[in-house]
Amino acid sequence: MRLLPAYAAAAFLFLHLPLLVLAVFSFNESRFTVWEGFSLRWYRAAFSDAQLIEATWNSLLIGAAATVLATAAGALCAYGLWKRASRWLSASLSLSLVTPEIVMGISLLALFQWAFRFLGVRLGMHTVILAHVMFCLAYVVIVVLARLRTMDRSLEEAALDLGATEWQAFRRVTLPLLAPGVGAAALLAFTISFDDYVITSLVAGVDSETLPMVLYAIARRGANPVVNAISTLIVFGLGLLILIAERLRET
Amino acid sequence: MAHVLELKGLSKHFGEHAALDSLDLAIPEGEFFSLLGPSGCGKTTTLRLIAGFEEPSAGDVFLHGRRLNGLRPYQRNVSTVFQSYALFPHLTAQQNIEFGLRHRPGGWPGDAARRVQDAMEMLQIADKAERKPAELSGGEKQRVALARSLVLQPEVLLLDEPLSALDPNLRKQVRNELKALQRRVGITFLFITHDQEEALSLSDRIAVLNQGRLEQVGSPQELYLRPRTRFAAGFLGPVNWINGIGIRPEATQLAHAQPGGAVRALPATVENAIFLGNCIHVEARLTTGEHVVAEVSRFNGTFQRGEQVHVWWREGDELAL
Amino acid sequence: MNRLRAWCLAPTASVLLTLYLAPLAILLLYTLLTRGAYGGTSLPWTIENWQRLLDPLYLVILGRSFAVALVSTLICLLLGFPLALFIARSGPRRHIWLYLVILPFWTSFLVRTYAWMFLLRDTGLINSALLALGIIQEPLPLLYNYGAVILGLVYGYLPFMVLPLYATLERLDPSLLEAAADLGARPWQTIRRVIIPLSLPGIRAGSLLVFIPCLGAYLTPDLLGGGKTILVGTLIQNQFTSARDWPFGAALSLGVMAVVMLLLMSLIRRQDEGVL
Repeated sequence: MRLLPAYAAAAFLFLHLPLLVLAVFSFNESRFTVWEGFSLRWYRAAFSDAQLIEATWNSLLIGAAATVLATAAGALCAYGLWKRASRWLSASLSLSLVTPEIVMGISLLALFQWAFRFLGVRLGMHTVILAHVMFCLAYVVIVVLARLRTMDRSLEEAALDLGATEWQAFRRVTLPLLAPGVGAAALLAFTISFDDYVITSLVAGVDSETLPMVLYAIARRGANPVVNAISTLIVFGLGLLILIAERLRET
Repeated sequence: MAHVLELKGLSKHFGEHAALDSLDLAIPEGEFFSLLGPSGCGKTTTLRLIAGFEEPSAGDVFLHGRRLNGLRPYQRNVSTVFQSYALFPHLTAQQNIEFGLRHRPGGWPGDAARRVQDAMEMLQIADKAERKPAELSGGEKQRVALARSLVLQPEVLLLDEPLSALDPNLRKQVRNELKALQRRVGITFLFITHDQEEALSLSDRIAVLNQGRLEQVGSPQELYLRPRTRFAAGFLGPVNWINGIGIRPEATQLAHAQPGGAVRALPATVENAIFLGNCIHVEARLTTGEHVVAEVSRFNGTFQRGEQVHVWWREGDELAL
Repeated sequence: MNRLRAWCLAPTASVLLTLYLAPLAILLLYTLLTRGAYGGTSLPWTIENWQRLLDPLYLVILGRSFAVALVSTLICLLLGFPLALFIARSGPRRHIWLYLVILPFWTSFLVRTYAWMFLLRDTGLINSALLALGIIQEPLPLLYNYGAVILGLVYGYLPFMVLPLYATLERLDPSLLEAAADLGARPWQTIRRVIIPLSLPGIRAGSLLVFIPCLGAYLTPDLLGGGKTILVGTLIQNQFTSARDWPFGAALSLGVMAVVMLLLMSLIRRQDEGVL
């Protein structure tokens, strides 16, 4: 029992050291894993790479669009489920969570192939956004539903009792109290969307390369400290978002 | 006398379970009326049917002669004080009280500000107007809930076990305040409770419910002294059942010597004498085997375990069922 | 009232129908077709793809994936349980520790997998350090094997094990532990006889949350295993790229999903264990 804190320290080290190492070496002057001095050259390289910039821009765009759509649909769904459960909806959402990414990706690819054959729809930003909305939905529903379950049901009834209609009660009482939870869900959705590689790579068109796709390609090719730099930036950016999301979730 | 609320044949089923079974009740205007019963007896269901949160499986609810069935809660002129008070946590006390006035079909009434101020002053929470519910004590929250409902001038105020969330030592004081409030405001209060002491002390009349059915309606005196069913008798207070006759403990007399006169007395052995401060509860077993508890004033002598005593009572004190 | 609720559920329901259930139905259709000349599918209808699943070659791969997932789950359990216990007993500071567990997990799976590439490759940090210290003469082949894959999976999914375990351990009534001590149990006995049995729901949830993604993992075996490890995820992906055998890929996919669903149904007994 007394070893517990020591063990915990080791475990936390295990969890964080690889990322810290990545970050440290992103400032390495050398392109090899020998420390040759502090340098920002890899960051400069990252920021001057047109393909990277465009990919990042795509990721942000897709993330924003998918987040808005998934959060709106998911929050409403959580509200509906909170009022009365729906077995098939909950089951489908749960299933989507445990579906392997590769399976979800190829099934969507198959769908879009049909869409192409019968509707002439090509792969592109729109197909990526649709895919992202799909796999973010369940997470949004979980977060918002968890928040709803901490709410006193009699608050909405009290609003009705005092003269508000169902819609007014939702808008004036439930929604304000739900706002932090919805905010947290949105940030979560954005993080998941931004980081996705497997599904995106399968349903993206030629014009819709995302940051993870570029990263993957570079990483596959071999050691490249630019990846360290980009990774560090991503970790910090998303880490900040998640911090805010956790704060919101607990208010 | 005008009836403000009439429940006719009111029933509510949840699947197989009948929460309420053909309830007929008429509640007069301006009364403090209690629905009393154990948990599961249907009192909360009745309240929710009147407020409009559930629709009856059968039967009707009439408010001043108007049928309420099918109307949504915001279309009914009744207001509910919830057990948890259900104050909106993101609004201040004053905003909570104003809430109903903002959602009137006619919009914000001209005298709204004055009504809100009057309500806050009447309930002595004017100085807490800017506080959020989290910053209020239990008693203050209840008063905000009351103000919030009363400011809408409902025809009936429904109160769902409002005292159960309070500190026990606060309850008596709040009880008196509630009674005074009802007298002052004049609106019919429909009060739900499982606590017979609350019901007895507050009500003009009480309806006792058991497993979805009405056991008896009457004034506190009627129910306590002349209950019509064993359940009602036992729920309103402890009863000694001797040979099918019910006697309240405070009417159960004990004597060391055989009491004279045409009094029915039965021999018994004292099993226990519990000193409660203001009185003594003497537990005795009759020779016929029944167990009785007599509430004896501490001025009326002492009783020891094993003593032989005589249990007697006045015929007028018998509970005639 | 029910109309409001229907409107609330409609958007999600339509997304699920068109973007999740319909695609799976299409996959099901594909499993019954034959591979097309240039990829894709073509007639005739056949059940050959399902029969191929029973081919020992593929069963071996499935078995291997199972084994990898199982080992990863067990390691996560062994590593995660003490950590969860620590956080549950850490008093008011527990939020900080929870952040520290959640933070790396949510930042980027790709980055975290790459981090191990950076550490493990022949020119990576570990080998460079060991070479520089003279402990080894040649780089150790730490990358591109099943060990690296398991390491990557454990690293990636450890928080999935820690969080449910923590949730269960946190609800543990401390007076139970005091009672055990009062009755003479030493710390290790208390862990074995009281804490572990009472944390079985958390263990079950955490194991499911780790095992299932590990079973169908694609990115980690791809990056950390290279071409040297063939697991189910990689196999499926191959059918849609180099092998161009869509029907068989579809059969593999649905086969894996069937296994996952069987696992879920057998291990989730009560309705309220779900979070949706």
